[in-house]
Amino acid sequence: MVRGFGGAAAFPDEVWELVFSFLAADADRNAVALVCRGWHRIERRSRRRVFVGNCYAVAPAAAVRRFPEVRAAAIKGKPHFADFNLVPTDWGGGAEAWVEAMAGGWPHLEELRLKRMVVSDDCLELIARSFKNFGVLSLVSCDGFSTAGLAAIAANCRNLRELDLHENEVEDNCLNWISHFPESFTSLVSLNIACLEGDMNTSVLECLISRCPNLKTLRLNHAMPLEKLVSLLQRAPQLVDLGTSKFSADHHPELLSKVESTFAGFKHLKSLSGIWEAGPAYLPAIYSVCESLTSLNLYYATIQSPELLKLVSECKNLQRLWVMDLIEDNGLIAVASSCKLLQELRVFPSDPYGVAPPISLTEHGLVAISAGCLMLHSVLYFCRQMTNAALLTIANNRPNLTCFRLCIIDPHTPDYISQEPLDAGFSAIVESCKDLRRLSLSGLLTDRVFKSIGASANRLEMLSVAFAGDSDVGLHYILSGCKNLRKLEIRDCPFGDKALLDNTSKLETMRSLWMSSCSVTLGACRQLAQKMPRLNVEVIDERRGRPLESWPDDFPIEKLYIYRTVAGPRSDTPPCVWTV
Amino acid sequence: MDGGVGYVDVDALKATELRLGLPGSDEPSEKPPPPTTTTTTTTAARPSKRSLDEDRAARREPSEGGRATSTRATKAQVVGWPPIRSYRKNSFQAMKTEAEVAGLYVKVSMDGAPYLRKIDLEVYKGYKELREALKDMFKCFEGCKGSEYAITYEDKDGDLMLVGDVPWEMFTSSCKKLRIIRGAEAIRGLGSSQ
Repeated sequence: MVRGFGGAAAFPDEVWELVFSFLAADADRNAVALVCRGWHRIERRSRRRVFVGNCYAVAPAAAVRRFPEVRAAAIKGKPHFADFNLVPTDWGGGAEAWVEAMAGGWPHLEELRLKRMVVSDDCLELIARSFKNFGVLSLVSCDGFSTAGLAAIAANCRNLRELDLHENEVEDNCLNWISHFPESFTSLVSLNIACLEGDMNTSVLECLISRCPNLKTLRLNHAMPLEKLVSLLQRAPQLVDLGTSKFSADHHPELLSKVESTFAGFKHLKSLSGIWEAGPAYLPAIYSVCESLTSLNLYYATIQSPELLKLVSECKNLQRLWVMDLIEDNGLIAVASSCKLLQELRVFPSDPYGVAPPISLTEHGLVAISAGCLMLHSVLYFCRQMTNAALLTIANNRPNLTCFRLCIIDPHTPDYISQEPLDAGFSAIVESCKDLRRLSLSGLLTDRVFKSIGASANRLEMLSVAFAGDSDVGLHYILSGCKNLRKLEIRDCPFGDKALLDNTSKLETMRSLWMSSCSVTLGACRQLAQKMPRLNVEVIDERRGRPLESWPDDFPIEKLYIYRTVAGPRSDTPPCVWTV
Repeated sequence: MDGGVGYVDVDALKATELRLGLPGSDEPSEKPPPPTTTTTTTTAARPSKRSLDEDRAARREPSEGGRATSTRATKAQVVGWPPIRSYRKNSFQAMKTEAEVAGLYVKVSMDGAPYLRKIDLEVYKGYKELREALKDMFKCFEGCKGSEYAITYEDKDGDLMLVGDVPWEMFTSSCKKLRIIRGAEAIRGLGSSQ
């Protein structure tokens, strides 16, 4: 029988710290912190990793104060739809407030990961100066900085292990920033500069790579010519993850054999990306590594179907494949029979705005994959046609799906055979895939699909909806169901005030809700904001200049972003954003 | 529940209206209906008579669940759709097109105007802003009130195209010069496209 806390208090704090150190999930540590004051104190002093899913959900100073011993922080800023230009560029997500607070309160910080935030060069310089043992900087989908800021990082972070720049908008004003890594610097393990536009000084880069024996990940940008790439890669045969630069050149037998021998020298390569503008001449040089690859990203490779088919058929151990729709149904059928270990598939459109689809990629490709790849759990698929029958088949084949994002390119596209909405198909997906955590809908959809989602998608955490539904009922089904929903993003749906106001408390259980081009009025936002003080209700409107107070209640909202927060309304809203 | 079939139909009705205005230009109203995102454009404003009849038929027999009638607008290009990372789109499309020139200055001519103008397409975020800017620029040349006009452009191949059909980025990269056609020619031009 438990003796109560008298017994527990007999253990010194270090014992509990050790016990808590086995709890990896933040949710578990949060739960532990609620047990009693003692555990709260011990837990907060020993927490080493902090994840802030919304940079405005908590004040930086509060986070730093509560967890004084943090070594690794990850922070996210803008809403996901910022990726598709739906969020004004000046909306917010600036990193200064966080970096300043961290510089003051976490001098031992080693890892910082920022996503969709505005990071200035000043921020980078502050990071470079403030954390003596800084080891990992990861910037994903950020903007606001230049290579001058990177130079500061290179020059000052003596123990940097990882510099991961993924899909950022970076201004190129310091051409030789790589040369700012001192000669004594040898700790690099991972370097991802694929998003940089400018040319690199190859010899400086070669020098850097030669003196970093632990380098495992190297992702270059497209600028480096193939000959230079080859001589660089010969310095790093130990690479596990490679993103090449341009993979085409005039045909030259000597160069070809150099490329072949370089790739043959990679004994540990597991992940391959880049391969910009791959031409058929040099592509076969990759074949020697195909069998060991677990991850292949051909997004930038403008390869056509026959070569693509040949390439992926060699990759028997592939777990992740990102590819253009140039692979076509035939290519996917080949993948389904060759890549039996495939877990994640993403198929992107090569010609998203083309009116007449010349690409022969249809629902058949995805059905084949779902049948042949038993371990498939994550799908992102752009196509132009779909049927309920295909979705049903996919649902039955792959009940283990955790992420299903289907984008049928033309909005409101029905089942092309029956002309019915795709309600039945998506309903089958959510009913069959009990562990589904992320879902993106597309095609012609009525309120019925939302009824199924609300009722069946119990593990769903993120839902993206566009051009779907008939009325508020649709939104009501979602908000009154989907127990674990964290992020909901909606655009161009006839969802309005009633559903929002009927489900106000749900919004505090979620991280955020985005609605744009729906039917929400300002009056509802006002009511919501008044009822729920721990929500920030942000009205975004780039059309008008007058202040929000003068607008009537029935004014239709263009864009709406609602998120829970303990920090109150933010102070850095731009002119087009009003916190109601 | 309010909303539903009636609401959606009104919207679609508006989109399929027979008008002589430019595609995508709405009459100004105090209470704009919830917009289908900014800078929505439609392809050649062909007389959508067939669509109008279809719409009336749909409303006479409301389909269960109120099937969205905006299938008629399938050719509409909207902001942020399909949902492709703007970063990726820029990189990939940039590879396909030629190198961009800093500042996309193009000549603008208007029928009947004594001289041309030049504008920088990069300054505008989309078709709506461009139209407004052109309207402002050529205000003084407008003859009788309410005269119709069509904004056209000459593309890379030398063809005369109606402004508004393709996504904004595609337009700015292929537009060589703009031409505002006025009066009878404009109406004839709009009516004759299939």
